[in-house]
Amino acid sequence: MLELKEITKIIGDKIILRNFSLALAPGESVAVIGPNGAGKSTFFKLAAGLMQPTSGEILLNGEQIKKKTHLLKKRIGYLGHESFLYSALTPLENLRFYGKLYKVKNIEEKGMELLKAVGLHYFKDIPIRSFSRGMIQRLAIARVLLTEPDFLLLDEPHTGLDQEAVSLLNLLIKERQEKGIAILLISHDFEQVIQVCERVLILNKGRVVEDKSIDHQRGLMPFKNWYEAAVSGK
Amino acid sequence: MKIILADALTIAAKDLRNELKSKQTSGMMIIFSSLVILIFSFAFDPTNNTVKAIIPGLIWVITIFSGLLGLNRSFISEQENDSLTGLKVAPIDPSSIFLGKVVANLVLVTIVQMLSIPILFLLFDYKFHGDLIWFLLIVLTATIGFIVIGTFLAALAANAKNSEMLLPVLLLPLLSPLMIGAVQATKIVLEQEGITDAISWLQLMAAYDLLFFAACFFLFEYLMEGS
Ligand SMILES: Nc1ncnc2c1ncn2[C@@H]1O[C@H](COP(=O)(O)OP(=O)(O)OP(=O)(O)O)[C@@H](O)[C@H]1O
Ligand SMILES: [Mg+2]
Repeated sequence: MLELKEITKIIGDKIILRNFSLALAPGESVAVIGPNGAGKSTFFKLAAGLMQPTSGEILLNGEQIKKKTHLLKKRIGYLGHESFLYSALTPLENLRFYGKLYKVKNIEEKGMELLKAVGLHYFKDIPIRSFSRGMIQRLAIARVLLTEPDFLLLDEPHTGLDQEAVSLLNLLIKERQEKGIAILLISHDFEQVIQVCERVLILNKGRVVEDKSIDHQRGLMPFKNWYEAAVSGK
Repeated sequence: MKIILADALTIAAKDLRNELKSKQTSGMMIIFSSLVILIFSFAFDPTNNTVKAIIPGLIWVITIFSGLLGLNRSFISEQENDSLTGLKVAPIDPSSIFLGKVVANLVLVTIVQMLSIPILFLLFDYKFHGDLIWFLLIVLTATIGFIVIGTFLAALAANAKNSEMLLPVLLLPLLSPLMIGAVQATKIVLEQEGITDAISWLQLMAAYDLLFFAACFFLFEYLMEGS
């Protein structure tokens, strides 16, 4: 259970998140959408322990995330805007390094498995400096999944991916979700949001303006209209 | 503690593997130190006996300035793809990042020293008669102190603009006590004067190392903490 209780985050004199609350149960998949600069990535950074909230508290399985509880971070898999990968190293070396830091067992085996799953196993021994953007994004996804977190925070994971990789990623996320892993997804691609998630939050100017479960029957257009109405403030 | 050490070694191994592949930093460090030695060997006539007096100073000039090149890179290189954030969200103690970087930098600088000091002796036509063990001990102690403070300040400077310029400005004043000790102790050993004097300098340096290591080790997590 990941709980954020009345989080407010102020940087400088700018209020980035106001009174943000969310509880995420195992196996739940929640999308966070909203315009650029709404505070979505900031919310993820707070949940991953990269920033401290100005007020409010973040609880993971009932324990507060602070610097001393760095072992709790093993539970969280954070995919940010950047890939966090080392460009001089090969995909396998990158995975091996993060696997060791996260104390993953059978790193080699799992690493190869994931490289196959994201379609990079032919490139496993090439330094990733020469990789295209989509290939790096695929590897970044493999990096988060390798550590077997209980909570996946995916910040725009579909960026740069081709059609095939997008459906691969959706499949991988679904698989994890069925195992009871909770998913938080930030995306501007509503098609994927509807495919992957069951619940959706709309953030606008640091505030949650809507929070509801997704009706998969209704399709994309009504969803878009609903989003626009919510963001424009009716 | 054991876990901190294991994580530190993982990070150091990653850095060294990175370096082994690109050879960017180590190449620059070796070229730089060779150039310094070469220029000084032209500037001073090595056959002149008084010139030997500058050897201890030269050893430390080479170490500090080539070391600065490596230190500058050690955290800047983590900014590519924002991999430092990857380390920050990993379930590791922030101190292990510090320790890992110290180990990696120490290995790099030691390799440069092992290459450049013999060349220095050779070009200045200096026959080493002193006590090798003491000499190595002095060099190692002072180098550790330099790397510990240097790594800490490199992490501090990496967040600022113009970090390449900020690092030497912060580091050199802090290092001066250590370097005075290092030059004096090296001189004593190379000129084979009473070893007891060298030992008291060595003790001073060791105390300096310990003090700064403890301070940097505990303060480092505040550097890694987000706003
Ligand atoms: N370190 C920071 N210092 C000052 N302001 C910041 C900082 N980080 C974020 N902000 C501000 O917070 C607001 C929200 O940023 P955030 O990155 O969370 O947006 P986002 O919802 O992820 O947008 P996008 O869809 O473009 O990714 C922005 O206005 C940004 O300028
Ligand atoms: Mg964002």
